[in-house]
Amino acid sequence: MTLALDIFTLVAVAAGSFFFMAGTVGLLRFPDTMTRLHALTKVDNLGLGLIVVGLFPRAEGFLGALKLLSVWIFVQLSGAIVSQLIAHVARRGGRRT
Amino acid sequence: MAMANFLLGAAGFVLAMVALGLLSVFRGPSDADRMLSAQLIGTGGVSVLLLLAVATEIPSIADVALMLALLAPFAAVAFLRDASSARIKSPNATDRA
Amino acid sequence: MTYAFVFEIGLAALLLTIATWAIVARAAFAAIVAFMIYGLLVGIVWVRLFAVDVALTEAAIGGGLTGMLLLGAAARLREAEGSGERPGLAVRLVAGALCVLVSAALGIVVFSLPDAAPTLAPTAMANLAQSGLGNPVAAVLFVFRAFDTLLEKVVLLLALVGVWSLAPDRVWGGVPGFRVYSEPSSILVYLAQLLPPIGIMIGIYMFWTGASHPGGAFQGGTVLAAMWLLVMIARLQPVPAISQLRIRFLLVVGPVIFIVIGLLGFVFADAFLAYPAGYAKPLIVIAESTLTLSIGVTLGLLVAGPPERMTQQ
Repeated sequence: MTLALDIFTLVAVAAGSFFFMAGTVGLLRFPDTMTRLHALTKVDNLGLGLIVVGLFPRAEGFLGALKLLSVWIFVQLSGAIVSQLIAHVARRGGRRT
Repeated sequence: MAMANFLLGAAGFVLAMVALGLLSVFRGPSDADRMLSAQLIGTGGVSVLLLLAVATEIPSIADVALMLALLAPFAAVAFLRDASSARIKSPNATDRA
Repeated sequence: MTYAFVFEIGLAALLLTIATWAIVARAAFAAIVAFMIYGLLVGIVWVRLFAVDVALTEAAIGGGLTGMLLLGAAARLREAEGSGERPGLAVRLVAGALCVLVSAALGIVVFSLPDAAPTLAPTAMANLAQSGLGNPVAAVLFVFRAFDTLLEKVVLLLALVGVWSLAPDRVWGGVPGFRVYSEPSSILVYLAQLLPPIGIMIGIYMFWTGASHPGGAFQGGTVLAAMWLLVMIARLQPVPAISQLRIRFLLVVGPVIFIVIGLLGFVFADAFLAYPAGYAKPLIVIAESTLTLSIGVTLGLLVAGPPERMTQQ
């Protein structure tokens, strides 16, 4: 049982890290702000989400797992809202350096 | 032990992604893009902290991740305040789209 | 060459890079973003040094409040007609030389410490059970060195008064010039309605868990301050005038209660800030809870800045 859980953690964390890489590469390579925003939300959703799910088996009891889950939810929530706000500004042609 | 090493390795990988994200902070081109990179780095930081919490078996590190996730949108909110609107009492408030 | 070692080397290299960028960046905004990221990385360093209480404070203040403060300052500088002149080369060289000197001095001191560096940590841990707390940091803050903590809270208030003193005389007691959204979008309002209740819960949790795990009044207060600032920035609540009685009350209730408990120590135990046996934990909880509230209001007002006008807009 613990071996199966360990393999699950391994796969999930590896997959999450992969999405982190994908999102970062997207941030660097995509042509404009809107598309970069899109890459960012993938990282928030899948990258962090898979890592959190992978860490569930090793969390400290119910409270620990709840904490992991709430971290993920907050990051998604704030990521989604901030993306909307940034997109609003970027669309109106905010300041350029 | 091997699991702890794997998780540390994953944390290091995510940290390397954060380093790549820094490149995006340097380049810009606009301030909105820099804010995006800061968001990505914030999410990366949260992931690193969660991985460290499990790898080093110190559950209170997850609290640091929770704190970070909660306060992540604040800088973005402050930035967007300055990018999109003038001061409350300024006579020439910026136009609405 | 363990994984941990490689991780920490990478972290240190990243830290130096971002610190250099923060100094070298030309645009104020880029420098501020670099500084915020630097704060995040330093938070991870604290975690690796097993100082989780400090990491919590770093994440809260460096990540949220300082970013807000600096961004507001940068916005004001932008409005004040251009970025002004950069300091001359001579000034920058001297500043750089002084920084190198200070760093070298610190380095020499740290590296010349004897292997078993002198520390009171074992003594503190040995007496931890007597204090009734489980978190050694909380025990040091509120039991062994409670007087220092009291002074720190008073210093925080003095800092706030210092910020207020930047206001011109005619608007003393007025409304801080905290920049808010002129027309908050509906999604921002949504965030400002959704996050604060959760944030307040987490702030209380951070304060409560500080008795036995990393956390405490300061971290909890910072979360409360951030939530208050969010509500103000989305214009769900007006920025209060600093002369308001309830604001003044909230500011001082924490330090005053702490001082009262300290004076009661003369009566019920033998010294200032001594706790009668068995009553340490409840007294500390009372002191910490009121301090959390005061710290929250103080930090919020620190970020809000000095008064700029007499009435609400």
